[in-house]
Amino acid sequence: MFSSFMINTWIAGTAIALVAALVGYFVVIRHSAFAAHALPLGAFPGAAAANLLGVNPFVGLLVFVGMGVLLLRQLARIGRRDVGTGLLLVLFLGVGALFLSMTSEYAPEVFSLLFGEMLGVSDADLWPILVISALVTVVMITIFRPLLLDSSFPDLAALQGISAARMDLIFLSLLALVTASALPVVGAFLVFTLLVGPPAAAQSLSIHPLRSLLLAVIFAESSIWSAIALSYWTNWPIGFFVGMLGAGLFTLVRSYRHWSQRQRPVVQVSGL
Amino acid sequence: MFAFLSSQPVQTALIVGSCAALVSALIGVFTVLRGNAFAGHALADVSSAGGAASFLWGISPLLGFLGMAWIAAFGMEFLGVRKARERDLATGIVLGAGLGLSALFLYLDVTTTSTTGAAVSVMFGSLFAISQGLIWPAILAVLAVFLLVGLFYRPLILTAVDPDLATLRGVSPRWMGLLQLLVLGLAVAVCALAIGAVLATALLIGPAGAAIRLSRRPAQAIFWAMIIALTAVWLGIWMAYESYYWFSGNAWPVSFFVVVLIFLFYLLAMFGSSWSQKYQCRGIASLRRLQEP
Repeated sequence: MFSSFMINTWIAGTAIALVAALVGYFVVIRHSAFAAHALPLGAFPGAAAANLLGVNPFVGLLVFVGMGVLLLRQLARIGRRDVGTGLLLVLFLGVGALFLSMTSEYAPEVFSLLFGEMLGVSDADLWPILVISALVTVVMITIFRPLLLDSSFPDLAALQGISAARMDLIFLSLLALVTASALPVVGAFLVFTLLVGPPAAAQSLSIHPLRSLLLAVIFAESSIWSAIALSYWTNWPIGFFVGMLGAGLFTLVRSYRHWSQRQRPVVQVSGL
Repeated sequence: MFAFLSSQPVQTALIVGSCAALVSALIGVFTVLRGNAFAGHALADVSSAGGAASFLWGISPLLGFLGMAWIAAFGMEFLGVRKARERDLATGIVLGAGLGLSALFLYLDVTTTSTTGAAVSVMFGSLFAISQGLIWPAILAVLAVFLLVGLFYRPLILTAVDPDLATLRGVSPRWMGLLQLLVLGLAVAVCALAIGAVLATALLIGPAGAAIRLSRRPAQAIFWAMIIALTAVWLGIWMAYESYYWFSGNAWPVSFFVVVLIFLFYLLAMFGSSWSQKYQCRGIASLRRLQEP
């Protein structure tokens, strides 16, 4: 399981899970699950186009995810935000389907871009992931306080002179960077699952920001590690395990909270 | 034109495509009014797992899409979609789990049944390759949706626009939510069959999003959504058919044309209505100026 061809997979998975949990924490408190789902799929034609033109897939991903961020903000301005997000997402997917239909390996490409290709992460794939993960972590630490304030109390943040529009742009750019680096390895759908599942479970356990963030990172790392191991043993796609682990974790945490909230009043009464 | 209409795959595509356009326009207006675009999109994405499973077990893809869409709908309801604040998260979690299942089924499709095209036709649709046997089930699904919505039109609209008022009037939000998910599942299944599970969202929210901008009255909005959806689907099918000649033997996917057309119509409706509003406002402002002494 830790043979030489798997080492890069473990490193990439660990880095991606870390930044996904950091950005995912804000996806959850800003209620941006739809954007977090749309941006990876918006980047999807980038990989397909790069494949077609024979350039580095990473360049294609960055170009398309950047366009995605800009168009997302424009479309949100002219209509309902969720409708705009949904339409942008399918437009990009349709373009990606067109690009892929022009290549000879239509079906396998569709599958690996949507659901990931964990095996065979080359050193050339690994470098962008590590650099971007480091960059995202640093930016995240720098703007943590203003972003947190803007996400939780927008009015208070505005009073302190924090521009909501700028925070939105920074947040979406971070999301885009995580997406572009993670997509070739874990697939467009899986990026989203990592972004939402572990932070949502962590949020249910603790509302304290740092504690919740730490829990999110722990959940994300343990789900990606178990997913890699399970996928290695069973040969089944990694996306299946990450999706199921995320949903299982969330349901478990929710039932625990539900149960403990029910217990609490009884304890208080007996304490009296 | 005659060759286009007399071709068997084109006829099937036109019938199934029209079914998808009509049903999605009707349900889409409710979905967009309720602010359920993400949930609608998630249902469509998750239904891909059913489509992939249908290849595996040899059942009708329509049943596969429908079964999975309903399971996902009840999953969201169970995880607490009713609280608006948590709706986003519950939707995301169900979406993640469903996509995971989809990955597994597609993988098993490729490894056990050697249907290599499954990922493409489930995700992005293959309207020209739909078997004729699916025409009647699709029409039946559409009729069922129109019947259900026709019977409960007023409470459904009221719940979509103002849930509190609906509760005051004695409409059970629980039952209406369930009914909404039931018909949404049917609509999603037909759309997923036509233009693919991940692109079905285009039909579901695009025409409705544009139509709501064009008219404030729900019935009129539904009518406009149907016109837009039908135009996009018919034009898309025709362009995909003709693209075989445009690009010397490399036909472009029909789903691509449909999605792009819907997006263009949406932009047109948005900018068109904001221009006309600006024009009207200017008109009113100049009238006011005239009235002022």
